[in-house]
Amino acid sequence: MIIDLDRFVREERPTWQELEKMVRRLEDDALARLNLEEAQRFHYLYERTTSDLARLSTFAFDPDTRRYIESLVGRAYALIHDMREQPHRFRPMHWFFGTLPRVFRKRWRAFVVASGAVLIGSLFGAAVIMVDEEMRTVLFPFSHLHVHPSERVAQEEEGAPESLDGVRATFSSQLMTHNTRVAIFCMALGITWGFGTLVILFYNGVILGAVAADYIMAGELLFLLGWLLPHGVVEIPAFIIAGQAGLVLAHSLIGRGDRRPLGKRLRDDAGELATLIGGVAILLVWAGIVEAFLSQYHEPLVPYGLKIAFGLVELVLLAAFLIWCGRRGRGREA
Amino acid sequence: MMRTHPLEWRIRTPEGVTFTYELAGPIYRALAWGIDVAVIVVVGWGIQIVTLPVQFISMDAAAGLIILLYFLASVGYAVLLEWLWRGQTLGKRLLGIRVQDAYGLRLRFSQVLIRNLFRAVDNLPVLYLVGVASMLCTRRAQRLGDVAGNTMVVRIPRPLRPDLSQVTPPIYNSLRDQPHIAARYRQLVTPREASLALQAVLRRDQLDAAARVEVFQELARYFRGLVHLPEEVVRGVTDEQYIRNLVDVLYHASPNVPKREGDVVFRSPL
Repeated sequence: MIIDLDRFVREERPTWQELEKMVRRLEDDALARLNLEEAQRFHYLYERTTSDLARLSTFAFDPDTRRYIESLVGRAYALIHDMREQPHRFRPMHWFFGTLPRVFRKRWRAFVVASGAVLIGSLFGAAVIMVDEEMRTVLFPFSHLHVHPSERVAQEEEGAPESLDGVRATFSSQLMTHNTRVAIFCMALGITWGFGTLVILFYNGVILGAVAADYIMAGELLFLLGWLLPHGVVEIPAFIIAGQAGLVLAHSLIGRGDRRPLGKRLRDDAGELATLIGGVAILLVWAGIVEAFLSQYHEPLVPYGLKIAFGLVELVLLAAFLIWCGRRGRGREA
Repeated sequence: MMRTHPLEWRIRTPEGVTFTYELAGPIYRALAWGIDVAVIVVVGWGIQIVTLPVQFISMDAAAGLIILLYFLASVGYAVLLEWLWRGQTLGKRLLGIRVQDAYGLRLRFSQVLIRNLFRAVDNLPVLYLVGVASMLCTRRAQRLGDVAGNTMVVRIPRPLRPDLSQVTPPIYNSLRDQPHIAARYRQLVTPREASLALQAVLRRDQLDAAARVEVFQELARYFRGLVHLPEEVVRGVTDEQYIRNLVDVLYHASPNVPKREGDVVFRSPL
């Protein structure tokens, strides 16, 4: 029992001071490393201070000293009990060409489910338009899609892209920010055990399928491919990857077949979620640039064949990136 | 890990030691976010001023740049500051709160990013109603972003060292003659209870006579019930004098305490 608190504080003071110094050093520099001797010393100081806190809590009362030791133990606890790999200096190229595709492949099942939701939505949207063409006014969110496809193609080929002259950069930025917001929202709705994410994916699939069916039925397949492929082959997968991230979150929440506690599952998977949504943002920036500066130009200005070829090249590169990149670095990174 | 007080979260280490975090409630967090929104608005003005030269070259490029930079600022502000300032934005720093890993471990960048991206859902339908509902329903007062990132927002304790000069040590304190009883009180009395007793002593002159008697009577009844007291300790001691004696043994136990505790990091009392 501590009767003489003054003496207790006096005797333990050097220990607390030394621990605080080490804690501050480790907190201030995320890249700081302890050698074996320092690590042993740090462990000793932590153990001794926790023991002091236990004694203070059990045998004596002094709110300020106790709070100080509690705070010190809490900070040291965060450092000593975090068993994950310590953060290293962020290397953007290494992350983009290594971590991102590896995480994508690791979570391929979620990507398949997300793709399935979009595909089912597309089939549904196509079926609706095939049954009743006038449904385009209900389904399509943009007014320029409400007119008949042939009419729109005629307008676009007569020089409608000029309407974007002088606002292309603004249009591109709006596309990037809007699409990124929607992608973030789609990922975040994973918190509804994935239901909200699937609904968003399905809804966007409906619009995509309906638009595609509308243009195909009007005999404007070439225009459709030339219009959608350059940006769509990046934008649509990016959106599905956002859905994949949402489903990864849902999987963490549900935890089926995973014996880790909920908090630990979420904490462990946060890095993968951040990686996926970071990758989505980059893909959407590219898609926004292409959509504003290429997709809106049509024949005779830009041949459809060229646009389609450009889109196919992008698709192959994206697929190769997601399937092959980072394979050599596997296992070197957490 | 367990919740004790409605706004407290206690973490028990493998060594068997517990430490407590005081959770930040919706009001504190809303005020902090209000300050942050104001900062983002100011940053938005700054972006417009900085991009002014671009407007002379191309209005379109300037507008596009403003949209992009404002988007980055609004999304990145909290992410960047919470990462660099160990869980604090400007608003959180001013309000004395911070983001903390729910297990008490080191906060990771991915956690900071996730909790901030989830504002899109927490903000539904307006004014963070979903987030507030989530805070009221979860044990650690977490909005959905905190749940997904496994974080919580805690208050940074800033206990000012009470002005004990106003508490004149009693000329004779019967509790000081019984060190084992004084030690037992230090063991049993929680900081909240001690603070309550201290406040009663400090504000006793502000109470009217009847209320003063009643307050000290209640307090004395409670504290006397904690420890069995020998007759000589309580004989002839009024309720108010008894509480003053108790405050004396609780707060004058150690002079080695901080004048004021600091920000995230407590200043050493040493």
